[in-house]
Amino acid sequence: MTNSWTDIKNTDLVVVMGGNAAEAHPCGFKWVTEAKANRGAKLIVVDPRFTRTASVADYYAPIRPGSDIAFLMGLINWMIQNDKVQWDYVRNFTNAGLIVRDDFGWNDGLFTGYDPEKRDYDKTSWDYVIGDDGFAQVDMTLEHPRCVWSLLKEHVSRYTPELVEQVCGTPRDRFLKIAEMIGECSAPDRTMTSMYALGWTQHSKGAQNIRGMAMLQLILGNIGVRGGGMNALRGHSNIQGLTDIGLMSNLIPGYLNIPTESEPDWQTYMSSRRFTPLRPGQTSYWQNYPKFMVSFMKAMWGDAATAENDWAYDYLPKLDVPTYDILRMFELMDAGQVNLYFCQGFNPLLSFPNRAKVTSALSRLKLLVVMDPLATETAHFWENHGAHNDVDTASIQTEVLELPSTCFAEDDGALVNSGRWLQWHWSAATPPGQARHDTWIMAQIFLRVKKLYQEEGGVFPDPILNLTWDYADPDEPSPEELAKEMNGRALEDVRDPADPTRVLTARGKQLLNFSQYRDDGTTMGACWIYSGCWNEEGNNMARRDNTDPDDTGAYPNWTFSWPLNRRILYNRASADMQGRPWDPSRKLLEWDGTKWTGYDVPDIAPTARPEEVGPFIMNQEGVSRLFTRGMMRDGPFPTHMEPFESPLANVFNPQMRGNPVARVFASDAEQFATSEEFPIAATSYRLTEHFHYWTKHNRVNAALQPEFFVEISEELAAEKGIQRGGWVRVWSKRGEVRAKALVTGRLKPMQCGDKLVHVIGIPLHWGFMGAARKGFGPNSLTPFVGDANVETPEFKAFLVNIEPATGEAVS
Amino acid sequence: MNIDLSRRGFLKLAGAGVAATSLGAMGFGGAEAAEQAHVRAFKLASTTETRNTCPYCSVACGVIIYSNGDLKAGQEARVVHIEGDADHPTNRGTLCPKGAALKDFVNAETRLTTPRIRRPGAASFEEISWEEALDKIARALKDDRDANMVLTNDDGVPVNRWTTAGYLAASATTNETAWLTYKTVRAMGIVGFDNQARV
Repeated sequence: MTNSWTDIKNTDLVVVMGGNAAEAHPCGFKWVTEAKANRGAKLIVVDPRFTRTASVADYYAPIRPGSDIAFLMGLINWMIQNDKVQWDYVRNFTNAGLIVRDDFGWNDGLFTGYDPEKRDYDKTSWDYVIGDDGFAQVDMTLEHPRCVWSLLKEHVSRYTPELVEQVCGTPRDRFLKIAEMIGECSAPDRTMTSMYALGWTQHSKGAQNIRGMAMLQLILGNIGVRGGGMNALRGHSNIQGLTDIGLMSNLIPGYLNIPTESEPDWQTYMSSRRFTPLRPGQTSYWQNYPKFMVSFMKAMWGDAATAENDWAYDYLPKLDVPTYDILRMFELMDAGQVNLYFCQGFNPLLSFPNRAKVTSALSRLKLLVVMDPLATETAHFWENHGAHNDVDTASIQTEVLELPSTCFAEDDGALVNSGRWLQWHWSAATPPGQARHDTWIMAQIFLRVKKLYQEEGGVFPDPILNLTWDYADPDEPSPEELAKEMNGRALEDVRDPADPTRVLTARGKQLLNFSQYRDDGTTMGACWIYSGCWNEEGNNMARRDNTDPDDTGAYPNWTFSWPLNRRILYNRASADMQGRPWDPSRKLLEWDGTKWTGYDVPDIAPTARPEEVGPFIMNQEGVSRLFTRGMMRDGPFPTHMEPFESPLANVFNPQMRGNPVARVFASDAEQFATSEEFPIAATSYRLTEHFHYWTKHNRVNAALQPEFFVEISEELAAEKGIQRGGWVRVWSKRGEVRAKALVTGRLKPMQCGDKLVHVIGIPLHWGFMGAARKGFGPNSLTPFVGDANVETPEFKAFLVNIEPATGEAVS
Repeated sequence: MNIDLSRRGFLKLAGAGVAATSLGAMGFGGAEAAEQAHVRAFKLASTTETRNTCPYCSVACGVIIYSNGDLKAGQEARVVHIEGDADHPTNRGTLCPKGAALKDFVNAETRLTTPRIRRPGAASFEEISWEEALDKIARALKDDRDANMVLTNDDGVPVNRWTTAGYLAASATTNETAWLTYKTVRAMGIVGFDNQARV
């Protein structure tokens, strides 16, 4: 989230699209209720189903799964056509005026540079015209035919209300009503918030869905303001933290990157990370990358990381592919190329697409290690549970270790909520039986591996032998010690660059925040964005002062919000070019003539003059991007792409399947269905009574929602002869599920041009372990393909068939 | 953090005070002892209260956990009740149907309590000691890493990556667990590394 849960109360309009917050985030959704009750805010829901959020909305419109980009580009087109643009914001805080190269263009659903053989773009043309002064050229009148604004206007002109209706199945009058409601928020004193979740991410073009809304929010001037923002409602309690700390194939904590093979040495790696400003006087904060990177390397390898050995650069793995993400790893596993696999609190047998392939892949491992508080399906994948897990146990040679770990009630530490608050919590219970903390388990594994290398030698032991491990109890590092490492500490006295006689932080002390990180090896710090969480003032994540000056919703002294305890990102954009709040009643920051004052920690330097320094400090331009150059694989603007399995051909290019640059493995391509074989669109969703595959272990929740079902429309039930509550079989090209039919008015067939599209909904909470009845999940059906930029699987739009299955017993 | 001034404890004292005063005022001084003897204390009065947050979605509602036994005092502690934390700015004491049932997640019958191993082809798990399980893991990691670590690519560039082992991290472990996991996995050269955010 750019903002926080408590800030939602400040909004005038909530748009829930790509999520279902009332159902999946009920207590956060209460802030929508606050805004409605106290400000008269309105709520719009756009979703394939009439969801629980829709049931309390002021206005609802249906949309066909996987067509969100067409809807969003349609909205942007309508805003431009109807002059619903916050012009001062667009002119000054976005790249609307920057000039783009003449050879960039779009045709037949594709941008310039497409190579169908490589399934990739040559992105050279997707860039600005750079002047002799080294800066991007700009036309602040926005009239230049090649400026971003002119190109955007042309790009979205295709997305008329008629095209939106044809592609999305959204009735034109409903689309237009929503456009009018949203258009009101282009006024400087009206704000809209976007609340989205996996309904936008789980698509082969999920990142572009989100970009589409972010662009709309920029055009309306709603980023950086109270009650505005792009608010990703993260699904799990610390999915934000684990991503911040870089537990992904290609990440280093704080959104730094694992090097690739094309960066064989430190100098090459750093040369592409200079981040020189593209406009005069801009901050371009990533210029500090070397400080963050060197401090990370010192946190990892201490004295073994020196200037002479390029901070132990060789210790880092170098990638030969963009990522070894879960889809690639299970593809490799299924091909017999992975021997060992660890699952720490994660249940891939139910969480990853194409369950048959997941089972086959796990069966080819030598050793599977599962650490979990609960008995998961993954740990039991080799057990035969009849129709619910029909495997040949004896033929599965995988050895499985199931290790009991603790849960939240039994450990200390911080979780990061969706609004970036690092909230410390305390243990209240003794772990059951022999269950142990994950920190103990990881330390034990590491220390044993290290001992083997010490005793036996082996291949490249250096990064293991030299890993920093200076904990009071090496067998179980404490949460306090680990949190302090993430904050960072001074290895030598850290001095003020402006006055070297002044020591800012003495050797051995905790750093104040990341402004004290150095690139000369005199500081260590594992995760720069968290720095400030545990400095010499103590554990700021444990702060519990819940006062809220002037009721802004910021709660500035409650725990710690990264970065620097900032509560709203891009907050400088809440004020105009003179530094006056766009809306005085919702002041966040204000320029007092010499410095920024207000309710939040400003994201630009406190004395940076408003007319000089742009608010988007992480960008080289100093402004936000409506056109994103070559930074995304599938285009500098979002363009409509169908799901890989779609009931319709792409309206711009009938030959184009799915996202033209998404990675597809050969065996998976063979398992994509056509709408002739599988005419029904399907989507997956959550229920408020359950949390993923955890709460089916809880008798209370198992009683509240005991049994798997699929949700279908009355029209489809009538067409197929399906009884209300009767058994059905649903199958895709990859598998089948059996379920009871929930026949509702919440789903309606959608008229898309001359095609009537039926949609069914499949909830995701059942398996074969725990207290609830045995059932299936949508992943028995879903295709094995991910988003082109981040490889998030396409769980939200796929094709199935359905038939009655009366009289068949399902245990 | 245990809550220093226990609200339940305060209520108990206040309640007892009222009972004693009114009984005394009505001239039933002698009944006081008998009354005290059969009035049951509040069930939660003897529990330890601990601040925590809900482990499910990212709203991260504040909760108060009530335990029999005080971990800080070195005692065994078992969760007997969990409720919303009224002081927490986000949820202000409220919980959803999942959070309201948290106690039965902590104490679920399918909580794991002992390390177990399923041998190749076997139809069931058998118990194994932590020592044996951890030694087995370390041996498997060392042997596979030594056999399959890619030191250089075809151009002779040091790449030091290990692709035949993979690690899936969680979505609800603490930052501190995440960092220790990061250190361990990266130091070994594992690149097949992901967490729930990928899906």
